[in-house]
Amino acid sequence: MIREPSALHAAAQILRRDLKLAFRRPGEWLQPVAFFLIVTMLFPLALDPELSRLRQLAPGALWVAALLASILAIEFLFREDGRDGTLEQYALSGHSFAWLLLAKTAAHWLLTGLPLAIAAPLAALGLGAPAAALPGILAALLLGSVSLSLLGAIGAGLTLGIRRGGALLSLLVLPLAIPTLVFGARATQLAIQGDSLAGPLYLLAALGVFGLTLAPLAAAAAVRISLE
Amino acid sequence: MLEVSGLHVWRGERHVLKGLSVQLAAGQALQLLWPNGAGKTSLLRAIAGLLPVEAGQVRWRGQDTEADPLTFCRDLAYLGHDLALKGDLTAGENLRYSLALRGRVAPADIDAALATVGLTAVQEQLVRRLSAGQQRRVALARLTLWDARLWLLDEPAANLDAAGQALVVAAIEAHAAAGGVAVIATHQPLALSTGVSSLWRSPGEPP
Repeated sequence: MIREPSALHAAAQILRRDLKLAFRRPGEWLQPVAFFLIVTMLFPLALDPELSRLRQLAPGALWVAALLASILAIEFLFREDGRDGTLEQYALSGHSFAWLLLAKTAAHWLLTGLPLAIAAPLAALGLGAPAAALPGILAALLLGSVSLSLLGAIGAGLTLGIRRGGALLSLLVLPLAIPTLVFGARATQLAIQGDSLAGPLYLLAALGVFGLTLAPLAAAAAVRISLE
Repeated sequence: MLEVSGLHVWRGERHVLKGLSVQLAAGQALQLLWPNGAGKTSLLRAIAGLLPVEAGQVRWRGQDTEADPLTFCRDLAYLGHDLALKGDLTAGENLRYSLALRGRVAPADIDAALATVGLTAVQEQLVRRLSAGQQRRVALARLTLWDARLWLLDEPAANLDAAGQALVVAAIEAHAAAGGVAVIATHQPLALSTGVSSLWRSPGEPP
């Protein structure tokens, strides 16, 4: 055996492993996207389908649905690996635990955040958004889902040791997700109005970077406590 | 190589390990035969650094393990109750991905290790279709490939038939012969040669 424990290689293997597992069980990551699409479709049915009214409501509907869908998905992030001892082995692997959890979170984002962002233009069309707004909406969801996944990682770490931690997880993560929701909805609103959405997009990107630097450390500390 | 001194560990309100000390030199294995609930698993997890230590020290190669846990972990293989195997991956894939964290392993080595534990025939099957004993054998194959100097094994012979237990014994003997150290929590003594292994029957009376 050639010993070459490179951190990058370890993270890449975790990413590959999680993607492979997900493709053997597609139900788990298709659920949140399906949930997102169905919830956004309910709005035009339940509300006044007049186009101008619908467009006013679209940003809020889109982002609340995206937020709930990502909470639904984040429950799966550490649960199984916590149960079967995999996280224990990651903690003892000789690599930075936070770094390995970041790799797991990245895999999770690819499986849930990215599909959500890709589905968002479709959902936005259903809510009456003009075609010109779709690239902006996609960009906002791409950036926003990154910070949602990272915030979710902290919540998933904290609730790892708790049976039926789903409700607690939403109580923990939803308040933290308010800035993402506010800026994301604002960006979507500007996109629909045809204005420049650079301002809220920058703020979403800043939130993402902030999460990227701090969330893995917080998640690692939380998971370690759950492993005790 | 491994020195545990004055270890105190609490689990919630319970003072599980009260000032425990033990030393192991290269090539030695220690079997913990303590009664249920006496803290076998807690001791293993405290040595590994998974449990916070209230007082006392664990030293490995003369270094306090808490000072540089990452370096210590590279020398460490911990086999717990949970085997850290993925049901939706095959035995070979499981080994490949978990060993990737420790460095690169040649696929031929993985095949050879699985052959040693008698799993060549089921190598391409998903692990969830294997029996509990076969899953243990996969974990045993991983352990031997890990190339760690310190083994912490929690009930390594659980669910194993006689042949499987012999494999565990052979693996530990080979590990000790190569200068490794092992601490093994078990409720039935493994048939290790007496020169290699010492028995510790209760936390009150050191070996």
